[in-house]
Amino acid sequence: MSEAVAEQPAQQAGALVTQVVRRFGERVVIDHLDLTVEDEELVVLLGPSGCGKSTLLRVFAGLDRPDGGKVEVPAKRAIVFQADRLLPWQRVLRNVTLGLHGPDAGQRARKVLAEVGLAGRERAWPKELSGGEAQRVSLARALVAEPELVLLDEPFAALDAITRLRMHDLVRGLRSKHHAAMLLVTHDIDEAIALADRIDVMSRGRIGTSRRVELSAENRDAGIAREKLRAALLSDLGLANLH
Amino acid sequence: MSEITVPLGTADPLAVPKTAAPGHAREVFVARDARRVSAVTKWRKRLSWPLGIYTTPVAILILWEILADVHVLGPTVAPAPSVIVRAAVDLWNQGVLGPDLGVSLRRAALGFALGVSVGVVTGTFGGLARAGENLFNGIVAVFNTIPILALLPLFIVWFGIGELPKILIVAFGAFVPMYLNLFAAIRGVDQRLVEMARVNNAGPVRLITRVLMPGALPGFLTGLRFSLAYSILGLVAAESINADQGIGFMISQAEDYLQTNTVFVGLVIYSILGLIADQIVRLLSLILLRWRPSYEAK
Repeated sequence: MSEAVAEQPAQQAGALVTQVVRRFGERVVIDHLDLTVEDEELVVLLGPSGCGKSTLLRVFAGLDRPDGGKVEVPAKRAIVFQADRLLPWQRVLRNVTLGLHGPDAGQRARKVLAEVGLAGRERAWPKELSGGEAQRVSLARALVAEPELVLLDEPFAALDAITRLRMHDLVRGLRSKHHAAMLLVTHDIDEAIALADRIDVMSRGRIGTSRRVELSAENRDAGIAREKLRAALLSDLGLANLH
Repeated sequence: MSEITVPLGTADPLAVPKTAAPGHAREVFVARDARRVSAVTKWRKRLSWPLGIYTTPVAILILWEILADVHVLGPTVAPAPSVIVRAAVDLWNQGVLGPDLGVSLRRAALGFALGVSVGVVTGTFGGLARAGENLFNGIVAVFNTIPILALLPLFIVWFGIGELPKILIVAFGAFVPMYLNLFAAIRGVDQRLVEMARVNNAGPVRLITRVLMPGALPGFLTGLRFSLAYSILGLVAAESINADQGIGFMISQAEDYLQTNTVFVGLVIYSILGLIADQIVRLLSLILLRWRPSYEAK
């Protein structure tokens, strides 16, 4: 990946993309998009299915190269996919230590597994886990290497509503322990409001609107400010008149 | 509590029919232990398949024994299993069977080890690297269509009539399915898992040891199963021509003297080798593929 670090970095922490273009044949999915994630900031990228938000996340992750523009991300980054993508032939602990080296790898993995509430499940096979547990393992796998940027691609979309709320609490708790910038992609407005420092709404391959969320934990769950934000986001998504 | 009767036919949405309407089949599930299991059921279950996969072979043996005893099958056509066993014991006591079996097993083991080793090395290289694919795939595709029997005369011309051509025939039989299955298994590992390993900084060694190799294990075991079977086929072929020792030699010699019993002893030994080979792979699968959520037939 030597061509990835072609130029001098423009900032020291966080992540930024400038004028990024991504095409699939004739179709331009990402069209000269600019996005910055500050250090320790949680940015939610909101948009309907097929708007290119997962494509953008893959560009951030380095899984796909942009067709134009520049991407600058920390080398220490991790991604949580929508599916847990656990190795079915490895027990939970070995799944978490996949990218980890050194004699304390097991110890660190155990610590993070305890943080996501899976202490004692280290020896379980992935087939023995529930959907929520499996996704918590993949969260632990992402966090164990102390990344500076965590990319989350609709990580809770496949979970039921109750488990999803638990996962939101978990993510909020983990943010205070792991000081990483996070970019979370979702089509769920409530999830965006629950977690974000900033919500960027994506439309036609660009960031349409960008809204900073400065609500307390309680105000994120209910209240007038929350409803106003929700209405504004619905309008950003072009859904205002439908409700 | 008094029972409220709602006349049928009224459009009361709260009315619950007391019994299911005809045509709506219903199923009720309760814990298995809740049902009283009778002693008869217990015994029936224990007796239903006491022999596992040996059920059919044993059934055929019994039928065969009966048909031979009532002289439907003549002793020169198919001697009874008991006669074959007696013949085997006699041959063993004469000191004929033991050494021949030893020679055959040695050929099979050496050839199998050689073929599987080459198959694993080339299959791994072919699966992991495009260079390996380009080097081996074409030639193995050619090998795959060559019948072992057709190769035998050629091997005798090339390698003489000693042990070498026989071991090489067995190795050839073991190599081809191992390569093909291992190659396909490595290439068939879920790309999403490979991608996940890459973004988690797994590195090439971790990628191979924790993702690709374990992921290819089911395919490897399929390859092993075919390798074992094909190496036994190769053994039969190799020993049927130009041998002066081994089970195949024992069979062809018995054919010349019309000793049907001895011919059957040889065939039975080959088939037992096949069964054992299959059971070894099955046992390996049970141990190595514990992680796999697979269909367990009732």
